[in-house]
Amino acid sequence: MESQVQVAELRQRRYVDLPFFVVMGGLSASFVLLIVLLLAADIMFTSVQDFRDALMKPQIQAAFRLTLLSCTVAAIMSLWVATPLGYILSRYRFPGRWLVDTLVDIPIVLPPLVLGLSLLILFHLKFGDWELESWLRDTLGTPVTYQWRAVVLAQFSVACAFAVRTMRVTFDQIDPRCEDVARTLGCSRAQAFLQIALPQAWRGMLTAATLAWARSLGEFGPIMVFAGATQMRTEVLSTSVFLELSVGQLDSAVAVSLMMVIMAIFVLLLLRAFGARLHS
Amino acid sequence: MIELKKVSMRSGAFSLNEVSFRVESGQYAVLMGKTGLGKSTILEAICGLRKVQAGSILVRGVDVTRWSPSDRQIGYVPQDLALFPTLSVREHLQFALRLRGASKAVMQQRTGELSQVLGLGALLDRNVQRLSGGEAQRVALGRALAARPAVLLLDEPLSALDQATRIEMHEWLCKVKVATGVTTLHVTHNSEEADALADLRLVLQNGRVSDSTQK
Repeated sequence: MESQVQVAELRQRRYVDLPFFVVMGGLSASFVLLIVLLLAADIMFTSVQDFRDALMKPQIQAAFRLTLLSCTVAAIMSLWVATPLGYILSRYRFPGRWLVDTLVDIPIVLPPLVLGLSLLILFHLKFGDWELESWLRDTLGTPVTYQWRAVVLAQFSVACAFAVRTMRVTFDQIDPRCEDVARTLGCSRAQAFLQIALPQAWRGMLTAATLAWARSLGEFGPIMVFAGATQMRTEVLSTSVFLELSVGQLDSAVAVSLMMVIMAIFVLLLLRAFGARLHS
Repeated sequence: MIELKKVSMRSGAFSLNEVSFRVESGQYAVLMGKTGLGKSTILEAICGLRKVQAGSILVRGVDVTRWSPSDRQIGYVPQDLALFPTLSVREHLQFALRLRGASKAVMQQRTGELSQVLGLGALLDRNVQRLSGGEAQRVALGRALAARPAVLLLDEPLSALDQATRIEMHEWLCKVKVATGVTTLHVTHNSEEADALADLRLVLQNGRVSDSTQK
């Protein structure tokens, strides 16, 4: 009799974790399902013919080329800046460090349109007779506003902030004692950084570059305000979607969106793979 | 020779006041004291990794207090070893020599000498992340000795090892002591280590090296 009661209790205990898994799994599945449904809706809305037609448009092809180029340049620039900045924020305690740390995060929290507007104002603000945009155009022959350079700069402004965060975490995970010991062996600080810290940070650098690239791909607000959306000149895929929608070409807009989804999935899968290796 | 003259350091609530001692050339000194008293801090100060508030540090009779760690010619083996995860054992043994622009022949010769003294011959091409505790300890020792430093600083070199590896590592240290004759400052809280290895025994108490006993 006693053993029967124990068996019944054990049977009951087998299901004690069930509500936990139902609640956690249900909440998680709701978001995953939303993403899957969004993608499925896009795929069902468009056809292979629509996709092919969109790809054949010269302005979409130009936007595709500019997107690839600008995202790549913005990612390289972000990595170039984020690696030293992430290292400094991770390794050194200096006056105003908290301020720098906060400033770096501003592009992440700022509404994208505000960032674009701020870039526009910066380049056209007059200091007496001097203006940055005029100086770049007249003296260096490289105008920025409403040019492809503005696209890169707008993407860089946001992407770099994400890259800095990634690089800081990367260097936080690398033991600074190795660099200390390298210095006792004869390394200068620069040699310790280049020969000891940087080789350990390569996976983090790849992650930061991938993240910056993916973030640049999705950038829209700052590009619209600072670079405009001139076909064959400053149009990128994110602005193509808007332009196609604005002229009622819904099929085309969805086809371009799907193209971006495919690019984003490819980049995010790369990011996940490198991230997993970094944490392991 | 290593000499500390009235060295004072402060970091938060922790402080060392007017620490003075002297280790003669070729001597093997063991600095003892309870955990948390600042023994490792003293080694870091001698290396130049920690600033001193007052006093001076002399290596081979030269005041190096304001020198960069890279200029002090000190071999340092920290407690956590801090091996470079991306380098092989061979690259560790050649690291300091490469920085000094040594030729390939010189680096190969020195690698051969060190691997013989420390028994690393079979491990030269292995990545340091795949070494046992005792092997890693010997690599850290070889890396520190490669450029023939003026002094060798060892921070609790045996504390993290199991009993068998500790005995083995103890024998390696004795071998290095005889083979190199380098002036050594070995930090530990274990009196057996001090008894077995020390020519000079120093004791850190109440923020000062208050007692030293010469063999």
